[in-house]
Amino acid sequence: MDENNVLMRIQGLTTNFHTYAGVVHAVDDMTLTVPKDSVVGIVGESGSGKSVTMMSVMRLIPNPPGRIEGGHVWFDGAALGMPDRMEKDGPNKGMVDLLSLSAESMMKVRGRHIAMIFQDPMVSLNPVLTIGLQLTESMVVHGLATKEGAWKRAVDMLALVGIPKPEERMRDYPHQYSGGMRQRVMIAMALSCSPELVIADEPTTSLDVTVQAQILELMKELKAKLKSSIIIISHDLSIVAGIADKVVVMYAGRILEEADVYDLYEKPGHPYTVGLMKSVPRLDAENRERLVPIEGSPPDLLSPSVGCKFAPRCKYAMNICREQEPPLVTVGEGHRARCFLHHPTAPAVPGFVKVE
Amino acid sequence: MLKFILQRVLSMILVVLIVASATFFMMRLLPSGPFAREKKLPPEIIKNLEARYHLDDPLWKQYVDYMKNLLRGDLGPSFKYKNRTVNNIINDGFPVSAALGAVAVFLAIVIGIPLGIWGALRQNGWQDNLVMFIALLGVSVPNFIMAVLLMLIFALGLHIVPAAGWGTFKQIILPAFTLAGYPIAFLARLVRSSMLEVLRQEYITTARAKGLSERLVIFRHALRNILIPVVTVLGPLIAAVFTGSFVVEKIFAIPGLGRYYVTSINDRDYTTILGVTIFYSALLVLMNFFVDLTYAWLDPRIRYVERKVS
Repeated sequence: MDENNVLMRIQGLTTNFHTYAGVVHAVDDMTLTVPKDSVVGIVGESGSGKSVTMMSVMRLIPNPPGRIEGGHVWFDGAALGMPDRMEKDGPNKGMVDLLSLSAESMMKVRGRHIAMIFQDPMVSLNPVLTIGLQLTESMVVHGLATKEGAWKRAVDMLALVGIPKPEERMRDYPHQYSGGMRQRVMIAMALSCSPELVIADEPTTSLDVTVQAQILELMKELKAKLKSSIIIISHDLSIVAGIADKVVVMYAGRILEEADVYDLYEKPGHPYTVGLMKSVPRLDAENRERLVPIEGSPPDLLSPSVGCKFAPRCKYAMNICREQEPPLVTVGEGHRARCFLHHPTAPAVPGFVKVE
Repeated sequence: MLKFILQRVLSMILVVLIVASATFFMMRLLPSGPFAREKKLPPEIIKNLEARYHLDDPLWKQYVDYMKNLLRGDLGPSFKYKNRTVNNIINDGFPVSAALGAVAVFLAIVIGIPLGIWGALRQNGWQDNLVMFIALLGVSVPNFIMAVLLMLIFALGLHIVPAAGWGTFKQIILPAFTLAGYPIAFLARLVRSSMLEVLRQEYITTARAKGLSERLVIFRHALRNILIPVVTVLGPLIAAVFTGSFVVEKIFAIPGLGRYYVTSINDRDYTTILGVTIFYSALLVLMNFFVDLTYAWLDPRIRYVERKVS
């Protein structure tokens, strides 16, 4: 990948939660690159660390109990307008480590350069403040517009996300909006400061299916119009596949596979990815195939096992899988997978494409 | 909105009338009467007294007469204090108690609410422990102890303020703090727990994710949401504090209304018992009405409006 084309690079990010029961390793040595003007999808079950990774990027992990223990979140320094904080040289030249910023500087990044869309629009808008105020305040605090200017832009944003009569609706409160409309408001809110990166954390999960489709359609449409990169988090591979250029599969706080969306479908490089695909209904399936669930349950992050975290649920697990954690190996262009089956001496497994 | 207010006012009047009736009959179940003395009065005198105050009428007639007068705003003559009506007693005592109460409520708000917020923001830190300790003291130390302690320290020890009496601003300070002790503690606890609850809400995360400062997050996004439970307790609290406290007024020698709630019952001063009870309940329902109106202002979801169709 072109080095100048990197918007954000998460490197070795480790976030733990210190609970009474012990330390929960929510994100472990996470590495992820987000190119400019791209859509990256992150897929995984609940508790796989998708949201914690993104909340760590935003530095919104409640502390205590959460703590970012290590790693870097490099972000395009030119975009941030923080030339004095940029790395002078090395692989991250021109990047700024968000984790090293002061709380005040980080405040200037949130909403302005990285915005978030949350899962449940029913609870992520403040019930006692008008939509207008909630839409305009980030533009005002980031000094992008006066109150009047922000109001005008907010009306335009509401129109852009498809809210009818936007001028009137600015004075309404969240309870006067439906769930789908509130998510549109959240999207308008996230985009209001034209951030370089929008993180959408399960943006459609709490909506019903027809509304889900509308919201996804809207996001695709806006993606085409605006310059922001998007990270979309979902537990549903099919949602991510429809919008993302690159997909990352997470499990137990680490990446199991990372690939271009077409590569991922054509030659999945990890048994877990294969399992995820089989557990989603397909329209083109012949004679009503049964869905195949992935047996077992996600691992206990309090006492992670040695070896591959997916091994206990893996049909193809070998002895080595229970003894050592496999490294993330490159199995193709921009395609990495964390599985010993890619090792030259591993046995061939039917239904699994071993990439040389 | 007008219809809502009208309905509420009617139901408030009904509530007060029910309280008046219940008090009227319950009071008459008390043994003894207003003219019982250690030294027995001659039966003729008692008879004359009862005739003067119409206590020799049948009970239902007394009730009807009282209610008629009540509707005209006349609470009748006091049985105990000659030449004073119950209206006089309330007119004289209430402004004093209300002035003291207003200062106490003001203290409770400006001390209790910030304490609660501070505690919540430093949850489990020493600040939080300090706040919770103050709150514990406030709810568990009875006001007569508090009064005496404050008097000992600030009046007799430091000579900053007078120990008792009424009339100057300095004399309000000690009784106001005594009266505010419990409300401060109560509000601090309530605000702390509501704040902790609100800070866990998703919309607070949204606000932070927008890049708002912690100050804006607290004061714009959280505060308004915690005011609903605060206002709920503030209404009845104001009614209780404004009508005076027997203990505080007794200790600080304040000519307020509070003592009549206790002495009138001991004296079997029927009209005064009724008068102050009705006055208190009227104030209470009025405050609750204001609380409901404030809800609508605080929370748009309970605003009484015709729904817009869009």
